[in-house]
Amino acid sequence: MKPPPTVYGLMAEFDDPASLVAATERAHREGYRCMDAYSPFPIEELTEALGAEHTRLPLIVLIGGIVGCLGGYALEYWTQVVAYPLNIGGKPYHSWPAFVPVTFECTILVAALAAVLGMLALNGLPQPYHPVFNVPRFALASRNRFFLCVEARDPQFDLESTRRFLETLNPREVSTVAD
Amino acid sequence: MNNVGDSLQPVEDPNRAYVGAATPAVIAPGHTFGTVTDKISSIVLTRRTPLGWYLGFMAAGALAVLLLISLTYLVTKGIGIWGNNIPVGWAFDITNFVWWIGIGHAGTLISAILLLLKQTWRTSINRFAEAMTLFAVACAGIFPLFHTGRPWLAYWLFPYPNSMTLWPQFRSPLIWDVFAVSTYATVSALFWFVGLIPDLATLRDRSQSRAGRVVYGMLAMGWRGSARHWHRYDTAYLLLAGLATPLVVSVHTVVSFDFAVGIVPGWHTTIFPPYFVAGAIYSGFAMVLTLAIPIRAVYHLEDFITMRHLQNMAKVMLVTGLIVAYGYGTEAFIAWYSGDKYEGFVPMNRMFGPYAFYYWLLILCNVVIPQALWLKRVRTNVPLLFVISLIVNVGMWLERFVIIVISLSRDFLTSSWGRYAPTFWDWSTLLGTIGLFLSLLFLFLRFLPMISIFEIRTLLPEAKVSDE
Repeated sequence: MKPPPTVYGLMAEFDDPASLVAATERAHREGYRCMDAYSPFPIEELTEALGAEHTRLPLIVLIGGIVGCLGGYALEYWTQVVAYPLNIGGKPYHSWPAFVPVTFECTILVAALAAVLGMLALNGLPQPYHPVFNVPRFALASRNRFFLCVEARDPQFDLESTRRFLETLNPREVSTVAD
Repeated sequence: MNNVGDSLQPVEDPNRAYVGAATPAVIAPGHTFGTVTDKISSIVLTRRTPLGWYLGFMAAGALAVLLLISLTYLVTKGIGIWGNNIPVGWAFDITNFVWWIGIGHAGTLISAILLLLKQTWRTSINRFAEAMTLFAVACAGIFPLFHTGRPWLAYWLFPYPNSMTLWPQFRSPLIWDVFAVSTYATVSALFWFVGLIPDLATLRDRSQSRAGRVVYGMLAMGWRGSARHWHRYDTAYLLLAGLATPLVVSVHTVVSFDFAVGIVPGWHTTIFPPYFVAGAIYSGFAMVLTLAIPIRAVYHLEDFITMRHLQNMAKVMLVTGLIVAYGYGTEAFIAWYSGDKYEGFVPMNRMFGPYAFYYWLLILCNVVIPQALWLKRVRTNVPLLFVISLIVNVGMWLERFVIIVISLSRDFLTSSWGRYAPTFWDWSTLLGTIGLFLSLLFLFLRFLPMISIFEIRTLLPEAKVSDE
């Protein structure tokens, strides 16, 4: 049976992090790929259980840092040597040791902005609406409950058989997530 | 003799010997994910605001109004209302600036460096230490801003294409300071906000009122605790910590360059950067203790801010205090060893000159009294710890006063010696920023979770997935 278009997926609720990790591993072995696990705190094992890919975030931060570093130094060089050269105590216009602190601060600033904005962008935040919030008990995902949601767009998804599979994982409850 | 022999005995469990059998836990036993969440979020959402909050906020708010009055008067009359005048062109303003910036450092140190060092005890105190950093930097910024005399033109300090075709002079430490402090403020704010996102989601989900759901919901930006999100979140947080660690060291280094690059005797020394950074951490931890001790008592947070935290902070204070004391010693030694008569005069002037009282008061506050922290009896005595933290706060303020005012008041030419005395407005501005700082802190305690709820959850025994 094909799911009606208004279903986002099926969500199983668990009591503790170990059950969620075990359930996620089982679902992954079963062949489900379009799914996500939700927990009130980061669980390292969960990322592996989902078979999630490496994040590109460190690369983004590195690029941010390089841009900040070159940009900061270029700003100093251009203003002090080209645009507005001033004789300060007989120092050369291109007095690179004096340019180090600002270059450093610009490196950190742009890298930090890249880390935060990059994290938010990769996570697709801010996101005003997401179907998982349609499950009333999902409010506990930020308190003490652990959720596994198999999404309807998974090729293997079937409302009946996926529900039966999730029931075998000893969840507290399985609910349908409206889209 | 016996004692020495005892300590050489082989110990069965090396961990136990290292930590000590009586080390208190980081979190009191018996807590679950639910109780931790409820206890911390109830302070913001359901618990009645204690009467002390209203009284404290009123007192702090009154002082913040004093700041407003002082700054308004300053802008209408000019900075002549302060006591600084040539040769003492920097006095209370820059003293207060360095003091506030220094206080901010403990927040970043706790949140970033202790995170990288995997010191789990940081978790209960990092949130409000970071808030303290933000508010301290805000207070610090006021002083150089208004000391410019025309604060409405302060944007001239930033490089931007303008119709005057002028650019900042990047060989000046004062411009380095603009970049260091503004970067520090920005990165601290980012770090704090990123740390708050999952807890804002908790508040959104637990809030009973529509206003609470809407406001916390917008701030949480739709956070839903997805494992993929957590993965990137952890990466971002760790990278931010790695970036903030050299940043925090650089900020007080650059602040010390404001002095060290100048040729004034007593300023022109290479020891300034490390000695300033140690002093900053020293005063910052003192301020965290000053704030944590009353907060944990008023909000009954002894379960999360345990004796372990207070003792560890006391130990950090002791160590950084010793580094600072070593700095004082080196300063005096090098002044003598340099053979330079102007440098040699600086310690003499400090110890026996017109401001000698403040120098000795500084030594008493920063070097003598904190030695009591060697004793475990003192480190475990909460009221005493509170008093010592206040004394260190005063001592670190005096240190900056001694460095700035005493050096400037008597430099190379006796004909240009002078004296400085603060006016009413100097004091009112200092007190006013303390009021602003405390007002912001009271608002933070009321409206945001003062302890990181999600990080506390990870410390609970039930958070373990596999037995290692």
